[in-house]
Amino acid sequence: MSLLEIKNLTVSFDTAAGPFMAVQGIDLSIEPREVLAIVGESGSGKSVSMLAVMGLLPNTATVKADRMAFDGVDLLKLSPSERRKIVGKDISMIFQEPIASLNPCFTVGFQIEEVLRFHMGMDRAQRRARAIELMKLVGIADPEDRLSSFPHQMSGGQCQRVMIAIAIACNPKLLIADEPTTALDVTIQKQILDLLVSLQAKYGMGLIMITHNMGVVAETADRVIVQYKGRKMEEADVLSLFESPKSNYTRALLSALPENAVGDRLPTVSDMLFEPAPSAGNKAGAGASA
Amino acid sequence: MSTTVLEGKNIVRDYHIGGGLFTGPRTVHAVKGVSFKVDKGKTLAIVGESGCGKSTLARIITLIDPATSGDLFIDGNKVDIARGGLAREMRRKVQIVFQNPYGSLNPRQKIGDVLGEPLLINTDKPAAERRDLAMKMLKKVGLGHEHYNRYPHMFSGGQRQRIAIARALMLNPSLLVLDEPVSALDLSVQAQVLNLLADLQDEFQLTYVFISHDLSVVRYIADDVMVMYFGEAVEYGSRDEVFSDPKHSYTRTLFAATPRADVASIKARLAKKKAA
Repeated sequence: MSLLEIKNLTVSFDTAAGPFMAVQGIDLSIEPREVLAIVGESGSGKSVSMLAVMGLLPNTATVKADRMAFDGVDLLKLSPSERRKIVGKDISMIFQEPIASLNPCFTVGFQIEEVLRFHMGMDRAQRRARAIELMKLVGIADPEDRLSSFPHQMSGGQCQRVMIAIAIACNPKLLIADEPTTALDVTIQKQILDLLVSLQAKYGMGLIMITHNMGVVAETADRVIVQYKGRKMEEADVLSLFESPKSNYTRALLSALPENAVGDRLPTVSDMLFEPAPSAGNKAGAGASA
Repeated sequence: MSTTVLEGKNIVRDYHIGGGLFTGPRTVHAVKGVSFKVDKGKTLAIVGESGCGKSTLARIITLIDPATSGDLFIDGNKVDIARGGLAREMRRKVQIVFQNPYGSLNPRQKIGDVLGEPLLINTDKPAAERRDLAMKMLKKVGLGHEHYNRYPHMFSGGQRQRIAIARALMLNPSLLVLDEPVSALDLSVQAQVLNLLADLQDEFQLTYVFISHDLSVVRYIADDVMVMYFGEAVEYGSRDEVFSDPKHSYTRTLFAATPRADVASIKARLAKKKAA
């Protein structure tokens, strides 16, 4: 049975100019112990579809789906309080800006223990022991002292580690990472990606990586979904996506990588996307039209 | 023979942090004796992690902050803003494009005024001429006349970065400092902006100092590469030298940390995962 199964998900936002369709008919499923990457540019609806799963969208959003089930439980039929018991415990999420997503008014120790108090009902001593264990697990030195640090006293990479500690505190079955390394340096990015993948393997979690970085996809994913303007363009396992991309959009994305540059111009998505399929792979032609 | 536009000799920058009630004052050595040289029409890329002093160096090159010691030459003339102040001509020659196009444009200023302001401050051109020049520059960076009267919030990130580049070029600078100009942009928009920068460099014979932590972008755009680590230039050489034969261990760490998107490395990773 799939860990998360979504069929025909549509999310629209009410705006002054009428409804805006952010996600249009996305199907998605993830198996236990699988790493799924969702790739797309900003505005492709990749974050919105995951926020819909978490139930974190604002009131202006309308979420419709034929099916949205997590571990056999239909998320659409749950009451808000039932849903809160799952979200943060069995499904948890890491956000893009680690410093902005922690509360600046509380120590990181308090913020880790908050999850444990709410979902696991642990007493004070158990919570502290578990928080220290989690800090060690995500690779923060001197966990006993760092529990009483505030977010502004830590670096971006350390804050992201704290976010990961909060996310895995209740041993979730599914971890959603929304651009977890975009705000970080390459060396720190590598450490965080390695940490996420090793935790995923150790605890057998499902992991959904939302990213626009093809390098991150290549380094972590088993299977990839490519999204563009709220629609799914392609779904493939990671090797065949890079070896033989099927949709024009994926081809365009891959050729826009600076390391794939041919000659002194980079082909861009707008150069290629609306050309017929055979010439879309032709990089020389795309360069000339730019 | 090529002319040297920018040269730095042994640039040092210290920040003095005043002591509090219980702590004594201390000194942070942000840049520790860095030397470099860029020829006309070339690109020097400065690579390093946050806190390594690359943005401090950018501020010194852009003549925003003075260096604590060391000599900075622009177009062969020695510049010391701590002592001699800054001539109007120098202000024109060096311009900067910042990382975040959402923060570097005034939300209450129309694009036309954004582009006209450098001319208003630095030249005595009449309004009609300023307007013409701004219109021309909009075309050059791939925007249209209709954008002249719009506000920054009406543009996407890539378009805003184009506006920031246009603003920097209004005074015909010879040196452009680009502080992570594409790291806030999507992959395909990043490709467009990089293409634009390459075109403008050819057209105006611009010299770029390109600050980045993304090695794949650096490899694409740079002629020379300098790797900084804790305020020191640990590696400095032509692009091919640095990429084919990195000498310092930090450079090698940096290369190893860069995600690889080629088929061979994916195969290797999947094979390793299966074995584990």
